[in-house]
Amino acid sequence: MKRSIALIDVNNFYVSCERVFNPKLNNKPVVVLSNNDGCAISRSNEAKELGIKMGEPWFKCQELARQYHIQGLSSNYALYADMSNRVMAILRDFSPNQEVYSIDECFLDLTGFKNLTSYGQEMRGRILKWTGLPVCVGIGATKTLAKLANHCAKKMPEFEGVCDFGALANHESNALLMKIEVGEVWGVGRRLTSKLLALGIKTAYDLKQADPEYLRQQFSVVMAKTVSELNGTICIELEDISPPRKQILSSRSFGQPVRDYNSLAEAITLYMSRAAEKLRAQDSVAGLLHVYIRTNPHKPDDPQYANGMTISLPSPTDDTLQLVKTALWVLKRLYKRHYAYAKAGVYLGDLMPRSSAQIDLFTSAQPTSRSQNLMSTIDQIQAKMGRGSIKLASEGMSYSWKMRSGRKSPNYTTSWDGLVVV
Amino acid sequence: MNPLSFITNSRNPNLNVAQIYRRYSNRSAYIPLYSQKVPAGFPSPATDFVEARLSADDYLVKNPISTYFVRVKGDSMMNAGIFDGDVLIVDRSIEPSIGQVVLAEVDGEFTVKYLGNNKLVPANPNFQPIEFKDGQTISVIGVITGSMRKFL
Repeated sequence: MKRSIALIDVNNFYVSCERVFNPKLNNKPVVVLSNNDGCAISRSNEAKELGIKMGEPWFKCQELARQYHIQGLSSNYALYADMSNRVMAILRDFSPNQEVYSIDECFLDLTGFKNLTSYGQEMRGRILKWTGLPVCVGIGATKTLAKLANHCAKKMPEFEGVCDFGALANHESNALLMKIEVGEVWGVGRRLTSKLLALGIKTAYDLKQADPEYLRQQFSVVMAKTVSELNGTICIELEDISPPRKQILSSRSFGQPVRDYNSLAEAITLYMSRAAEKLRAQDSVAGLLHVYIRTNPHKPDDPQYANGMTISLPSPTDDTLQLVKTALWVLKRLYKRHYAYAKAGVYLGDLMPRSSAQIDLFTSAQPTSRSQNLMSTIDQIQAKMGRGSIKLASEGMSYSWKMRSGRKSPNYTTSWDGLVVV
Repeated sequence: MNPLSFITNSRNPNLNVAQIYRRYSNRSAYIPLYSQKVPAGFPSPATDFVEARLSADDYLVKNPISTYFVRVKGDSMMNAGIFDGDVLIVDRSIEPSIGQVVLAEVDGEFTVKYLGNNKLVPANPNFQPIEFKDGQTISVIGVITGSMRKFL
């Protein structure tokens, strides 16, 4: 059966969130800055047109900002996480199979669905109405094509935000791929781009036409898979991707359905510990954490439930104990009894190098090795006394969710003191 | 699948007859089920009547995904029972209609008013309606579905 995969993402997500609650920012150049107001990490279209680059240090933009009255806002991850949860929850109603790929984008499996362009418009309409956020929808036979369709939906106004390659004739979609630089193709980074250019492969269409066997020899099996995906053959299933460095994913389907909270908590603890190990292996800290659980969508006769939640960490961390604690806090809010859970997972986002993260004054000098010791102790106790003999969840949470940053908007949706005044 | 196959679920040995009964007679309802052992004598007559405790959240919020809270400043909606400091519940998913109290955006500011024909009408004689010309659209963000006020 011909597959249909959709990629939905929010346009300029952080800036768009700020605008929902402060309409004065509409039609003005706005950038959202990384922690400690370092770099531009989200830009309005107006700011992009003025030449502000992604990741550009804010102090370098001061002259431009004064001249054109560019608003620089501190990031408000509590707000973005809440708005992300709303968007993902709305999209969950449009397909039985959703992969939340990052805070502002997700894949939906729409295989077998009809009239996909109008279905995509329905998604856009509902998300705009319910959240105020603008999204674009790209649809293709594979994830790689869905990403490129999304690129077209965003850059070409004639699509009105929804581009379905499946609704186009072959020569039409090929013509679109010829307009897209090869560097825009999913999984093709800057280093590979220059190597491809040297081989005369300049556009997404060129890559589609390339000989996969030759590229396998020149690059790797990943590049050969990308070529297959561009030709409509699925190589990367939903939730089956080795994630980019900007996020770390750890998830697994269970051998048999799990119903009780404790087993889920064990799974989440395990996945989070693994993700934290990967995080430390690449010398990063995470600012965002996402947990999801779901039943088996391939058993439609069973009661179905799927839910996920993203929250921002009080300060970026690579501490296993803190991450697990937070993940279990989230799990408690997601868990509902009496469902047969088939899969659970976690991901860590808003990653940054540990060296650039602000160290908490009261954190000891080697939090990592300390928490590693603690984690291995817990593992040993569990091995001896049986799984579930130690529960981190019962400790509860006593975090203050306040961020340290100067130009942050109020927590419009997560704090009574932050409500919009009307 | 045999619907009773989970009886042998070793992961949850505390499952008992009372729970199995309620689980399958309330397929979709979310109600608390206490892990209470079935006594050997007469069963507790109350176990069949356990229901969810009332929740203010459920009463006030119909669609949590599309619901937002805002705080009132001023008394332009006084006669509609909306006072300074109240927290209003805004549901963006509801299609607004004339006569409802709505959250609207005017010149980059949020305001709460009655929705009229091409105008936003205050509920206080000391305030003027905000009139819109033909062709001008009123930007309604959502419908006010309720309000909250604390006395202590």
